[in-house]
Order: sequence, then structure tokens, then C-alpha cells
Amino acid sequence: MNKLYSNKFHIIVFLLPALLLFCGVLIAPIVMSAYYSFFDWNGIGAKTFIGFANYKELFSSNAIGFMKALRNSLLLAALSVFLQLPLALALALALGKGIKGERAFLSIYFMPVLISTVVIGQLWLKIYNPDYGILNVFLRAIGRDDLTRIWLGKRETALGAVFVPTLWQYVGYHMLLLYAGVKSVPTELREAAMLDGASDAKVNRYIVLPYIKPIIRISVIFAITGSLKSFDLIYVLTNGGPFHSTEVPSTLMISMLFLRNRYGMGSTIAVMLIILCFAFALLINAIFREED
Amino acid sequence: MKNSKAIRTVIYVGLVLWALINLFPVYWMFTFSLKDNEEIFGANVAGLPRHWLWSNYTSALNTGHMAKYFLNSIIVAVITIMITLAVALMATFALTRLIWKQRRRLNRFFMLGLTIPIHASIVPVYVTLSRLHLLNTYAALIVPYAAFSLSMAILVCTGFMNEIPRELDEAACMDGCNVWGIFFRIIVPLMKPAVATVGIYTFLQCWNELMFANIFISKTSLKTLPVGIQALSGQYTTAWGPIGAALVLGTFPTLIVYVFLSKRIQESFIAGAIKG
Repeated sequence: MNKLYSNKFHIIVFLLPALLLFCGVLIAPIVMSAYYSFFDWNGIGAKTFIGFANYKELFSSNAIGFMKALRNSLLLAALSVFLQLPLALALALALGKGIKGERAFLSIYFMPVLISTVVIGQLWLKIYNPDYGILNVFLRAIGRDDLTRIWLGKRETALGAVFVPTLWQYVGYHMLLLYAGVKSVPTELREAAMLDGASDAKVNRYIVLPYIKPIIRISVIFAITGSLKSFDLIYVLTNGGPFHSTEVPSTLMISMLFLRNRYGMGSTIAVMLIILCFAFALLINAIFREED
Repeated sequence: MKNSKAIRTVIYVGLVLWALINLFPVYWMFTFSLKDNEEIFGANVAGLPRHWLWSNYTSALNTGHMAKYFLNSIIVAVITIMITLAVALMATFALTRLIWKQRRRLNRFFMLGLTIPIHASIVPVYVTLSRLHLLNTYAALIVPYAAFSLSMAILVCTGFMNEIPRELDEAACMDGCNVWGIFFRIIVPLMKPAVATVGIYTFLQCWNELMFANIFISKTSLKTLPVGIQALSGQYTTAWGPIGAALVLGTFPTLIVYVFLSKRIQESFIAGAIKG
């Protein structure tokens, strides 16, 4: 059988489709994006080589507003790590301990992750609608007309209004990962601590949390890279507006490409996003290693 | 002891509250999809519909083109799933069964795909598709979707294929099977659980994807659900009922699959995250 399984021809035939698909759509385009980022190019005409000019413009030009978009997505990342994850962790710890209706709660919390972001976005457009949206209707019903706002239409509230559903939708995702971690804690460990008289809080603090640290690390990485890449909900809710107040790198990239036909600059933003995602992943890994 | 009981009650109330926050939008979507503007806009904002207005669904399906979008999404999802599975099963066979150097390294190479964001390829893929005159075709979505699902599919398949005992291969080999015989008659039939997991995961990715679908497809007759719903909501700015109906139509297949396969879906997400 070893002879049968070492046949070079078979190896190539079995691997070829995957290699073609993977390299053609994922690997080669990354190289091409990096290449395009050094050119001034409108997508149709000739490319003009301009070295690092796109990168310089990206970081210095206020007209493009990349720094502001980046700030917005880093703010989202911070909220995600310091609000969304603790909430997800609390839910995971509460469920993981074993509680009545555990499976039902788990399934309900995870549901928003599966619903299309466009659907979620359309629903929240309706929730935020200044005239008929449920939020303002509710505020009026309790007699707080003064608190009603044009949530998505005003600079001061738009960013917050976009962040709420973005953070809400993925609580369930992080909860699920952390829950899987909590469930993998050996029962003997837990029971031994309980026999020693440790309270639930202490068990969580000294047994569960150290045990699931690798999963917390993964969650933190996903929370940050996910925030940097966020697109769908913001596109549906505001598409970066009003007055670019909710712009993030992805919305900026799309408008560079398809509104302004700046393919070189669009590629530059794509490259920066990849670099940032990998850099943050390495940074988080380093921080967690340091702690050990 | 009393104290801990109080704490437990507080925790329980918190859990129920968060469950309600997660259920409310879906409940609200279902109810307003069956109401007219008068009920939605004041007479009956959050209650069950007083008159069940099924005509919202007929207008979403016909005038709103939801029937077309729905069909497109199914075509794209089904073909993507088939391609992903075929390619991933073959690659996994080579990566776990066939004997050659560098196969571990190649496996790690494929796993890079779990971290590469789709942004990375959007410009070159768009340029290539437009040069090949492939914008506004199903293939413009199917090929990229299959490529971006591949890493996850190989990851899941590898786990399952490693569990199939090698003695089965040997026995088949003794009986005179060639490599293709072993692959199609022994391995593939035993991979059903992996096929289900990959299928569901890929389905969800295709069904919900917006960025590629939005850019590569502009013809109404080829739009998938996420883009179609966007178009429909622009068309019905003042009547919310048909929009609600469209949202329900776009969501219920996912929810039905979820009700029956919630555990498997959750497991596929966990596997993808933790090994990636």
C-alpha cells in the first residue's frame, strides 16, 4: 500500500485543485495588492509607479481621513475587549457551571451570530428610525422626549449607535468559545477546590480563568482583528457617514475603489489592514506569553 | 447559604434578561413583517399583529424580487458547498493519507487561510474578474467563496479523516482497490459527519456574505439575499411591512437549520476558532 500511496502522480492530482484555488484567490492577490499599493492607478488606464507615496498620503492626508477611520476601529476594538469580552466571559462562566436551561441559553445567545449582518443592520435601522423607530417611540412613551435623537444622522451619536449592534451581535460568539473552554476544565479540579471550601468566585478566579487563558487569548485576538476588519453593519447603517464620522478602514477602502477609482490607494488600505491584523495578533500573543 | 441563593437568583435574572435582549429583535422582525404601517408606526408597535397581513410576503417575493434573490443565494451556496467539499476532501486525503515530504508544511500553509481577511484579495480579484468579463456571473461569487471556505474545510476534514483506521485502507488495497477506489469507496462514505459540518459552515458564510456580493454583482437578476435585501429596502423606504417580510425570508432558512443542528453548528465555530 505504501507504494500505492507514494505515487507522485496521485499526490499531485489530489492536491492540485486545492492549490490552484487557494493560491489563485488568496495568496496571489495578497502579493498583487502589495504590488498595486506602489502605484497611482484608476483601474483602467496605465499604472504610474510612485513608491511609498500612497502610504505617506494615507497617514498624513486629512482629506482621506485614514487616521480617523483607524481611530474609530481601534475604539471599537477597545470597547470589544473591555466591554464585550467581559460580558461574554460572565455569561460563559455562569452557563459553564451548569445551570437550568443551559443549552437553551447557549443557543439563544449564539443566534445573532448566525443571522446575516444585513438583516441585523436593517433591523437596527428600524430601531433607530427618528420618527417611528422603537427606541424613540419608547423614550416618548416614558415621557423623555428630550432624550430622543436622530441617532444615525447626527455626528455626536452616530458612532455610538453603530457600535451598539456591532458589539451586541458577537457577544454570543465569544461566549461560545469561552464556554467551550469553561466546559473543558476537568471536573476533578473543580470538585477538589470545592471540597477545600472555595466559593464559586474563587473557583472561577483560581481554577477556571487560568485554565482557559489560551482561549481568552484567542478571543482577544478575534475581538481586535474583527474590529479592524468590521464592515457589514457599518456599511448598512451609515456607510461611514454622516460627515465621515463613522468611517472605518474597510468602508474607506470601498469608497476609494468604487467611488473615487483610486485602486492604488484602495490596495494600500487593504495592505495596511492585513499588516495591522497580523501585528496585533503577534502583539497579543507576546503579551500573553509575557504573563506566563 | 442564603447569600449564595440570592446571588444565584441575580445571575439567573441576568441570564434571562440577556436572552430577552437577543430574542426581541427576531420577535419584532416576525411581528412587523405581518403588519401594516399604521400598526408598526404607533397603533401596535411591539405587540402581535392584529390583522395578519400576508400580502407583505407576496409583495416582497414578487415586486421586491425576493424570490429571485432567494434562488440566487441557494444556487451560489449549493455549488460553493459542492466545490469546497470536493476540493477539500481530495486535498485532505493527500495531506493525511498519501506519503510525501513537506505535507505538514503544506497543511500549515493552508491554515494561513483561516487568518487572511477577505479584504486582502478584493482589489486583485475584482480587477481579474472584470478583465475576464466574469463580473455579474455566479462564478464571480462561487470561486472566491469556495477559496475562502477551503482552509476551514480542510481543518475539519483532517480531524475526521485521521480517525478513520488505516487498516481499512490496507484491506481495500489487498482486495485490489486502487487509490481512487479507496478514496471514493472507503474514505468518502465515512466522512459524512465532516461533510455535514463543512456544509453547514460554508452555507452560513455564503448565505450572509455582503462585501464580495455587493461589489461583484450589480444585475438585479443575479443578486444574492444580502445585496437584494439592501436593494429592496431602498425600494420600500416608506412601507416597512414588505421589508420585514424580506428580512424574515432571508433569515428563516438559517434559523431552521440552527434549530435542528445547533450543536453541530456551534462545534464547527469552536473548531474553526481554536485550531486557527
